[in-house]
Amino acid sequence: MLYREAGDFKTSYHADNQTFPIKFDRIGFWISLAIAFLVIPFVINDYWANAIFVPFLIYAIAAIGLNILTGYCGQVSLGTGGFMAVGAYACYKLMTAFPDVSIVIHIILAGGITAAVGAAFGLPSLRIKGFYLAVATLAAQFFLVWLFNKVSWFYNYSASGQINAPERFVVGVAVTGPNTAPWAQYMICLVFLTVCALIARNLTRGTVGRSWMAIRDMDIAAEIIGVNPLKAKLTAFAVSSFFVGISGALFFSVYLGAVEVGEAFGIQKSFLVLFMIIIGGLGSIFGCFAGAAFLVLLPVALKVLGVDVLGWPTDLVAHLNLVIVGALIMFFLIKEPHGLAQLWRLAKEKLRLWPFPY
Amino acid sequence: MKMKTLAAMALGATMAAAPAMADLVIPDLSYRTGPYAAGGTPFSDGYQDYFNLLNARDGGIGGEAVRIVECETGYNTEKGVECYESTKGEGALIYQPLSTGITYQLIPKATADEIPIHTMGYGRTSAANGEVFNWVFNYPANYWDAASVAVNYLLDENGGSLDGKKIALVYHNSAYGKEPIRTLEALSEMHGFTLSQLAVDHPGQEQKSQWLQIRRERPDYVLMWGWGVMNQVAVQEAANINFPMENFIGNWWAGAEHDVTPAGDAANGYKSLNMNRVVDYPVLEEIKAQVHEAGNAAGDGSNVGKVLYVRGMYAAMLAAEAIAKAQEIHGVSDVTPAMVRDGMEALEITNARMAELGMEGIGPEFSVSCQDHGGAGQGLVQQWNASAGTWEPLTDFITPDDSVIAPLVAEDSAAFAAESNITPGCL
Repeated sequence: MLYREAGDFKTSYHADNQTFPIKFDRIGFWISLAIAFLVIPFVINDYWANAIFVPFLIYAIAAIGLNILTGYCGQVSLGTGGFMAVGAYACYKLMTAFPDVSIVIHIILAGGITAAVGAAFGLPSLRIKGFYLAVATLAAQFFLVWLFNKVSWFYNYSASGQINAPERFVVGVAVTGPNTAPWAQYMICLVFLTVCALIARNLTRGTVGRSWMAIRDMDIAAEIIGVNPLKAKLTAFAVSSFFVGISGALFFSVYLGAVEVGEAFGIQKSFLVLFMIIIGGLGSIFGCFAGAAFLVLLPVALKVLGVDVLGWPTDLVAHLNLVIVGALIMFFLIKEPHGLAQLWRLAKEKLRLWPFPY
Repeated sequence: MKMKTLAAMALGATMAAAPAMADLVIPDLSYRTGPYAAGGTPFSDGYQDYFNLLNARDGGIGGEAVRIVECETGYNTEKGVECYESTKGEGALIYQPLSTGITYQLIPKATADEIPIHTMGYGRTSAANGEVFNWVFNYPANYWDAASVAVNYLLDENGGSLDGKKIALVYHNSAYGKEPIRTLEALSEMHGFTLSQLAVDHPGQEQKSQWLQIRRERPDYVLMWGWGVMNQVAVQEAANINFPMENFIGNWWAGAEHDVTPAGDAANGYKSLNMNRVVDYPVLEEIKAQVHEAGNAAGDGSNVGKVLYVRGMYAAMLAAEAIAKAQEIHGVSDVTPAMVRDGMEALEITNARMAELGMEGIGPEFSVSCQDHGGAGQGLVQQWNASAGTWEPLTDFITPDDSVIAPLVAEDSAAFAAESNITPGCL
């Protein structure tokens, strides 16, 4: 009744092609943006920022990156953790080498460096596909972690091999370092996520995105109709790594502040982001948000419920978390391979007909 | 819809956090899951049992009951941060994360929030310089002390000279494992031994190539900075290549019962450092009688008297003594984190006090000051007796070589101070 196309007339091509063709969606989008930008920063505290919002925003950027590569272009990657590490270490080296340049520029440059590294590791995708490509990206994951552990130049020769984010400011407000206010941490991640999501959404609707999807659906057919696989695959790797690099840089500088490569960017990080897009939905920007929110919130929610409310032992809850995530992944793979995003789409379809389904 | 669930959770979290504000809140950032659980579990059991004993026997510390808030970190820094944020709001007095990675994470945060951190024998070594690290303490000993103690022990074994000897360091490839390298390099220059470094990646189940290299290079001694499942694998691999166990020395995080029992008799003779003596202390009987029999045991109660259990209990004792000291200094029983910090800085542990607490000789005597947050730095060497299933102390507490460590601490802490714009000084 409320959610419908009827009466929402489009009078121009521009209006017909907009991101949210249904008015209700548009209103919802602006309302959630307004809440995110105008309400949450004023009520957020340290716990909500560090335990929920900042990790959610950062993982959402990483999930968007991986979703472009895996969901839109069909190239399976297990190297997300390694590419996040490239972003983090690039950001660290830039922060310490050019302390006077704004952190925002450093983060974007870190994304650019990661894009170059990602494109280089994407070269094998021109020859190999599927599982074999997954193994090649796995090699990237292990190589990059090994590299950042082995070459002490990357961590400025510190004794412990850790990198620490020095304090940096955006328009006079600290966004990294221990004295950062929770709202500042939240806002910088939110701004990056919003811009990344808009770019990703519009890329996937345009020529580039269509060529990625053509490659994903059938690469030989795509080549025959004139899609250049070299260009499509390498741009997918570069754009995907750009987002993943930005998320790695934020993860290190804004969220954790000190990072150890093997622990923070190991293979489990690659899997975590992969699970996010599987549960959220392959080939959907909304799915990235849903998957990231789900996997960030689930352990916290379980902990609050199990330990704080029910008083269960902490180890039992931690194990239960593993069991539940594993079961959910199997459930989604079998029952709903398109993830939460598909459930959301179905719900919307039903809503359009409500209350008179036929 | 998402916002609604968030709001519901916020409500749940605040409701859960609301009650009982007057207690002394001690967070226990434990890990009972994952590849490091074997070490995390007994430590956490000992830590909690001691506070439970204080509650049962003395009604807490200075008449204030202790409330333990346990939070599972899984030795993971992200979860560690989440645990820190979720417990600090409850009035946490002191953090002991039992993880070097989490410690690095918490040092700047806790300093900004003004909550003391105690990292006993782990964490950032240069935190021993209290003028730079006002809120971080690592008494009674740190990694660089451990490296020096191990080398001093080997010097003793070899009549005072290690000239021309080969020593291999097998280390966990993380901040924890990399910590001793700087000291060992300085010591190798000083004493003329060659040091080779073999990194083992997290979690440490894969060590075949490292031990093949040891078999090829035939070092005289192997030192190990290991933790969790890595220790068991290393002891087994050493046995597989027939490396003489008495020349294999682990640090104090690589010398507990569960590290050697899987290798069976082959582990006989393996040595490790220890910073706390393990004997049948009277206090263990009290814990059994007043905590375990009352049904308040942390975990399953099977770890009493083990190496890491005793160390956890020792850590709890040091925290409790610091809180008692803070109550004495400030004349109030309901202390704040800042007061506890003052108590830690004025802490003095004597043999008489340890005996009074039913744990005579558990650690060396030491006192803390504003300049020195590092304590005595002593450690002893113990050896595993596989047939008896016990760790036998070989030496008394060995003193490290401060002439090597002090300049390194000064250098590293000065670098940190410059990096984070800290002007060294006392609070």
